[in-house]
Amino acid sequence: MSAVGVTGSPRVAQATRNIQIRAFAALCGRDLWVTVRHELGSFLAQALLQPIFLLFVFGRVLPEIGAARPGYGTQLLPGVMALTLVLTALQNTALPLVIEFSFTKEIEDRLLAPLPVAAVALQKILIAALRGVLAGLLILPLAALILPGGIHIHGPDWAVLIPIFFFGSLAAGAMGLVLGTAVPPNRISVAFAVVLTPLIFTGCTFYPWISLHQLRWFQVFTLINPLTYVSEGLRAALTNLPHLAGGWIALGLTVALVVFGTLGTRLFIRRAVD
Amino acid sequence: MSSRGTVAVVRVEDLHKRYQADGPEAVAGIDFEVREGEIFGLLGPNGAGKTTTIGTITTRVRPTSGRVLVDGVDVGEDPVSAKLRIASVPQLSNLDRALTALENLTFHASYFGAPRRERRERARELLGRFGLGGRENDHVNNYSGGMAQRLMIARALMHQPRLLILDEPTTGLDPQSRLFLWDTMVDLRERGTTLILTTHDMIEADRLCDRIAIIDGGKIIALDTPTRLRRLLPAEHGVEVTVAANADPSPAFTAVSGTERTEARPAGDGRWRVRLYGEDDGRNGGLPEQALSAAQSGGLELIELKRLEGSLEDVFVHLTGRELRGADGARVSGRWS
Repeated sequence: MSAVGVTGSPRVAQATRNIQIRAFAALCGRDLWVTVRHELGSFLAQALLQPIFLLFVFGRVLPEIGAARPGYGTQLLPGVMALTLVLTALQNTALPLVIEFSFTKEIEDRLLAPLPVAAVALQKILIAALRGVLAGLLILPLAALILPGGIHIHGPDWAVLIPIFFFGSLAAGAMGLVLGTAVPPNRISVAFAVVLTPLIFTGCTFYPWISLHQLRWFQVFTLINPLTYVSEGLRAALTNLPHLAGGWIALGLTVALVVFGTLGTRLFIRRAVD
Repeated sequence: MSSRGTVAVVRVEDLHKRYQADGPEAVAGIDFEVREGEIFGLLGPNGAGKTTTIGTITTRVRPTSGRVLVDGVDVGEDPVSAKLRIASVPQLSNLDRALTALENLTFHASYFGAPRRERRERARELLGRFGLGGRENDHVNNYSGGMAQRLMIARALMHQPRLLILDEPTTGLDPQSRLFLWDTMVDLRERGTTLILTTHDMIEADRLCDRIAIIDGGKIIALDTPTRLRRLLPAEHGVEVTVAANADPSPAFTAVSGTERTEARPAGDGRWRVRLYGEDDGRNGGLPEQALSAAQSGGLELIELKRLEGSLEDVFVHLTGRELRGADGARVSGRWS
């Protein structure tokens, strides 16, 4: 340890880098440990209860009472998966940040770990994204149990599914970083309501984007919502339904990741260092 | 305190901090050094700039100008290397509430790259040392204030920092926990750890600190050993002699040179207490020696002889004033209206 800090020599730079990488990995290790050992039940409940009821009511109850077409469940599945992925990643970044910055101050021990402040933010996003991916994947077996006649998917097209999961969860984590650092703790419940409700209902979860052409203004409006690109991406990966063109999906996710990632990191640093 | 090193572990140079461009300076030009192996106290009223100063050392506050070196590392330029050398114990618990006590220690050490076996061994050793053995698998939510404080210090020591910063460590603790922490701090100093301590507790500062900086209005207004700080009180120097006497014995002490003022009061039980105020110029063996021989030549039986020094609290109030402080450290009227 004593060699570090005498800046300049490449060996020292390498040693500093190794220390930072180890610290980053250790922070991830702590979060994974907590997810598995201490919070598995609450994590699963938080992530999966909403999609379970969505699948049950919209995919099973409504078709059975004749309020929706029999195949609606299949159409709904990519949307519910996208919603779960995005909401889990977003909430798992935003909520802990709000609590750790203001109430428990737990973040302080991380900020004093030997790595740059921005890396602490990145690590938060990464773990939340991982939780999002896990919750998203768990939708498949759940849907198989809940939907009448199980799931009917085309593919899956892994070459589309994997990048959508990867970039979609990271973009959602970055959105959570912005929410968790920009909103003062006394406003967080109202902020969640104001942000999450439109996010959920304008993200092409319950309807394919293409089918909105009769409601043109709304179709354009949904393009502001990053969730739209995840929903449409998963629709492309899991069904043969018409969907938003691949190029637009890639562009939408990239823009969301860059904008929210940059903004969130800035806000995080501002909260962490006075 | 000559046994303490002369190597500076912390060097603060012309530190300024303004939180808003048009706001007041929270720190308005502070310079000091903390030497290796000493306990350095930062004393000051609320809002004086203590927390900001500490924040610049722990990388959490970016100075407006000036710089901080920890162990030769510029904190602003190389915060990662600085963080390897520092540990900080805040006033309020910031323990990881999702983890058990043992996990709080082992994960903290893992952030600093300690191997798995080593961190478990060290954690158990520290938990034992801090009287937390047997409670290591409890969630920290179930810990009392004193236990949480001890656990935070144990956590801070997991990565063997050169510098340990404690922000008002004994505020709100019971007397046993306070005594334990005092012993711990002295013990840490003996083991070579350098400590910075902020406190409002004058007894604590007096008893523990090798040197104390008194901060007010973002500036250091005094920096010295507790003993020398007490000498800053102009009117309180001198000696107090308690003698057995039936009448006012002060005439016996008129010959003591350097005495500016004499006060004598009956102390009950056929005793009198005589205070001789004045600068001790060291002539004729100094004030105590002279008072002793004056008592003897006056045929007075000596009960007690002690040097008069103001308390550190007197010094503090003398230097920073009596007024209450507002949130920004500005003086506010303390009168009932």
